[in-house]
Amino acid sequence: MTLTAQKTQTMTMVAAINDALKLALSRDEKVCVFGEDVGVMGGVFRATDGLQAQFGPARVFDTPLAEAGIVGMGVGLGLAGMRPVAEIQFAGFLYPALDQILSHVGRYRHRTRGRFSVPMVVRAPYGGGVHTPEQHADSPEAILAHTPGVKVVIPSTPSDAKGLLLAAIEDPDPVFFFEAIKLYRSVKEEVPEGYFTTPLGKARTVREGDDVTVICYGGMVEVCTKAADAAREHDISVEVIDLRTLVPMDKDAVLASVRKTGRAVIVTEAPRTAGFHSEIAAVIAEEALDSLLAPVVRVTGFDAPYPPFTSVEDTYRPNPARVARAIKSVLDY
Amino acid sequence: MDMLQIIDEGGTLVSPDLLPGDETLLALYRAMRRIRHFDERAVVLHRQGRMGVYPPYGGMEASQAGTTFALTHDDWLLPTYRDTGAALTYGLPIAQVVLYWRTSPHGWAMPEGLKVLPFYIPIATQYPHAVGCALAERMQGRSNVAMAFIGDGGSSEGDFHEALNFAGALSAPCVFILQNNGWAISVPTSAQTKAVNLSKRADGYGIPGVRVDGNDIVAVYHATREAVERARRGEGPTLIETVTYRVKPHTVSDDPGRYRTEDLTKEWLTKDPVVRLRAFLTSRGTWSDEHEAALVQEITDEFEAAVLEADSYGEPTPSEIVDHVFATPTPALSEQRALLLEEYGA
Repeated sequence: MTLTAQKTQTMTMVAAINDALKLALSRDEKVCVFGEDVGVMGGVFRATDGLQAQFGPARVFDTPLAEAGIVGMGVGLGLAGMRPVAEIQFAGFLYPALDQILSHVGRYRHRTRGRFSVPMVVRAPYGGGVHTPEQHADSPEAILAHTPGVKVVIPSTPSDAKGLLLAAIEDPDPVFFFEAIKLYRSVKEEVPEGYFTTPLGKARTVREGDDVTVICYGGMVEVCTKAADAAREHDISVEVIDLRTLVPMDKDAVLASVRKTGRAVIVTEAPRTAGFHSEIAAVIAEEALDSLLAPVVRVTGFDAPYPPFTSVEDTYRPNPARVARAIKSVLDY
Repeated sequence: MDMLQIIDEGGTLVSPDLLPGDETLLALYRAMRRIRHFDERAVVLHRQGRMGVYPPYGGMEASQAGTTFALTHDDWLLPTYRDTGAALTYGLPIAQVVLYWRTSPHGWAMPEGLKVLPFYIPIATQYPHAVGCALAERMQGRSNVAMAFIGDGGSSEGDFHEALNFAGALSAPCVFILQNNGWAISVPTSAQTKAVNLSKRADGYGIPGVRVDGNDIVAVYHATREAVERARRGEGPTLIETVTYRVKPHTVSDDPGRYRTEDLTKEWLTKDPVVRLRAFLTSRGTWSDEHEAALVQEITDEFEAAVLEADSYGEPTPSEIVDHVFATPTPALSEQRALLLEEYGA
């Protein structure tokens, strides 16, 4: 963390994101913020609250309701010298924009051999746990992580949300920034005041431990931390690694931890097949097989659309009990 | 026909009030004649195995040169794969275009100082980009515009509609060129859409739509210049439909005999934009066979020199596959680059 401020302030994650956007808009007049309802309303989660009033409708503005248009216009803004920060109202609404993302956002630098690039950030709330309607809880991060040329950032704390978002806006390449809806207001933390960045590509050790490594990110960090705390009562020492960014991934941190503990559990709320968790498992298999004392275990959602049925939602989404069972399974192997 | 025309098919002046001066007329003719030469020679280079797949635009020179002629290098040009004539008129070097269609990375890196974006392969996807480029110019206090091209098929894509709506709602200084050239590969416009006047689609977005004879370069230039000036004044976007015809195949790999008869193509050949303006200039006494011979010699020399220049660039190395993905390679890409070097050398 590049820290230039000493004072801290208690903040929720959504307040920290708002603070980061405010600082970015103040610091660089090339930064502009746009999307559906981000202006007068301040976003459906209020992440952009007050920004239009402070910075004016030329820099913080509502767009027509069309995700491909929002992302595609962002490409042009970025190409022509701005630092666009687009908001897609829910990550599950990114799909209409996937053509823009796969065809252009991720390949502009490459297809112009560095002549043009798209320094854009696309923010999108993602994930479940708050009983949203259908299609509001998707976790599409693996689609983005599989797309060459884009970075994928998923913070799990207010401080990280602020520092990583400011780093994402500074980054010369396109960054998808997924914000766990569940964490927007449920977690408060002392967040450093003023401008600072948290580098992309560096994982965070949430809990240190010796028996098993649990690798997670975003909304699952809270779940895994609870499972780790519960395990400690049974004298099981769990190391929890918060990836923070999927692209670039901090492979070294994952491998160092797995080599230390000999066991790995990977936790995500995305569907099971071909998710980013599978990539992590493959990296461990390729480079740390000799250290493994048990097979790598994945705790995931199911290969089914995220259920909008409140009574079973918590069965789809991994909870501390499921993580605890996975921890036990690798210890009992 | 419900469309702007200044010089008709027979080379007769039909809108005298709109005729520009001789200097402009001669410059328009030169631009059009130059890109026709490129188009003809590019097909030959392909047959010689010296260029890859190439989409010709023969017959559409007025639509490409007349539109782009209205831009300066401070404006953005967003061409499709068929719009190499537009890019050449805007100022992209011939060698660059040859290298692009040779699939050389040197052809992909558009030169500094030109705001031309690389040829777009997916259809209509650059229309939203044009809105962003245009807004970025305004946000940075400049009056530059963005001009983007599609064909008639492109107007079926969602991006076309989203971009026109965005541009209208946000009053973006964009000029959208819709080259209605009759065919989306094998599908005629009549099967593409029930709409018969594509410029009227602009009405749905509250922006002006202009229909122009796409084989009359003087009319195309007049309409485009008005749209560019309107955008510069901050009055927002315009959609211009240039009604033309793709006389040539979709690409050098295409066989139009599978989907169209030659009758219509022959009819369009009588509307040839190059022949038309030359006939008009000749009738005014501002052009002669001697002028033509001198011009052809000049553009032939220019083209041959450009091909020699293109020949001087080497082939890419395997490690270039992973270059320019990010400003700074991720650890994963660095590993993959090392692997490429190990397995294939430099």
